[in-house]
Amino acid sequence: MAWVWFHRFGSPPHFYRLATRLAPWFGWPAAALCLAGLIGGLGLAPPDYQQGDGFRIIYVHAPVAWLSLMIYVVMASSAAVGLIWRMTVAYAVAASCAPIGASFTAVALATGMLWGRPMWGTYWVWDPRLTSELLLLFLYLGYMGLRNAIDDIGRADRASAVLAIVGVVNVPIIHYSVTWWNSLHQAPSVLKLGRPTMPAAMLIPLLLMLAGFTVYFVALLLTRARGELLRRERNAHWIAKALGATATGEG
Amino acid sequence: MLKFMAMGGYARYLWPCYALTAAVVGLNIHWARRSLRAAQAEARRRLAGLKVAS
Amino acid sequence: MSGQRVRFAGAAGALIARDLRLALRRSGDTLQPLGFFVVVTALFPLALDPQLSLLRDIAPAALWVGALLSSLLALDLLFREDAQDGALEQLALCGLPFQGLLLAKTAVHWLLTGLPLVLIAPLAATALGAPYEAIPGILAALLLGTIALSLIGAVGAGLTMSLKRNGSLLALLVLPLAVPVLIFGARATALAIAGEPLAAPLYLLAAITVLSATLAPWALAAAVRIGLE
Repeated sequence: MAWVWFHRFGSPPHFYRLATRLAPWFGWPAAALCLAGLIGGLGLAPPDYQQGDGFRIIYVHAPVAWLSLMIYVVMASSAAVGLIWRMTVAYAVAASCAPIGASFTAVALATGMLWGRPMWGTYWVWDPRLTSELLLLFLYLGYMGLRNAIDDIGRADRASAVLAIVGVVNVPIIHYSVTWWNSLHQAPSVLKLGRPTMPAAMLIPLLLMLAGFTVYFVALLLTRARGELLRRERNAHWIAKALGATATGEG
Repeated sequence: MLKFMAMGGYARYLWPCYALTAAVVGLNIHWARRSLRAAQAEARRRLAGLKVAS
Repeated sequence: MSGQRVRFAGAAGALIARDLRLALRRSGDTLQPLGFFVVVTALFPLALDPQLSLLRDIAPAALWVGALLSSLLALDLLFREDAQDGALEQLALCGLPFQGLLLAKTAVHWLLTGLPLVLIAPLAATALGAPYEAIPGILAALLLGTIALSLIGAVGAGLTMSLKRNGSLLALLVLPLAVPVLIFGARATALAIAGEPLAAPLYLLAAITVLSATLAPWALAAAVRIGLE
């Protein structure tokens, strides 16, 4: 029963239609969640006893960093599905993830640095989180670079899938090794908030932002994946119908 | 209101963070839409070509 | 079953011998990584300070960055020529385990870059101020590390073998994956130089090497097959 669902989902025309219909159902709730999170985080949460109002950067840094990591895992997983089951939809999803993930990794680095400047006095320290994010950015850039270098889209999909799988296996190892390395050298610990546990007034907006960004990512993914799917499918029949529907429906 | 904007002295770091994040969020929406439209236009061109051929 | 194993062993041995012969014929290219390692190791003292006590501190970094870069240098050739003249395709089609044959080629890469590096390491390390007692630890770490680097690098070489020669893409692919090797290897070297027990990073390095040896054959075969299409 689950296999039937799986294969229907993997059918390009079905996925295209589904993605078209579902995108706004993720987009608007994402905006609402983020708005609620911002109101709570910027307005209602009390200032941290150690970092004052500066800690509020967490309400953008954490979601963005979470996104950068989650998107890589989604990218690698869908690439693996594409490789194993030769599913074009999965490859379309993987290809869509890369630019989104890379841009948010860059933002995670930038916001991390801007957070660090007032806290540690310098824009960059080799703490485990920032260093891992930097390496994650390299992994994304390598993935995108490999894709770009291969002309044939099918081969690009397959080769980058192998790379993504190797990468995702390495992500925990890289993170562990960097954390281990950092702990040896007593480098400044990152971005810890004053108290050992976060009070609800601080935590809830954070969770709202995390949820909002995740839902936003799904909306982005559905939009991009449609385009990637069109690029990979040569079958005229369902595309003609789908584009006809789109012309009359929405863009 | 001004106290809110000042963010306890951290405004110089905090607001650029929010601005940057908002910018990238918006840019990604724009890029996604643009990528989709480009793919749709390309597909339409291809289909038109096929129709002419057949 | 054992007959096939014998056939494979024979084929792998022949492959290794052939690759080594070809590489030694092009001895200029083959010695390049080793020469590069020596030069890099010499550059650090020149850029810093000839005092051995100070060099001792950066010796792990110099040795390992040198090892990583010289390993990268030799990677491009690993599969490229054989892919171009069809030899790699023959290997894929010959019916013997493709993963094993690719591992054999990777072993040649290690014999030509990793092994010479390990052999010259005592000299390089001493030149950078490492005490005599540190040498066994340094050798153990470099042995494990260069094997891991060859395996990781081979996957990168397999993925890029059909592309135009682009060293920077290969480096971009390989370097993030090589970071754990660098971290644990350099740490083990630093502990060896300081005379402290280095079991912890050495075990972690060994774990990474074993993981690479397990994952690399699959990744290599997949990457090369895609590249041969």
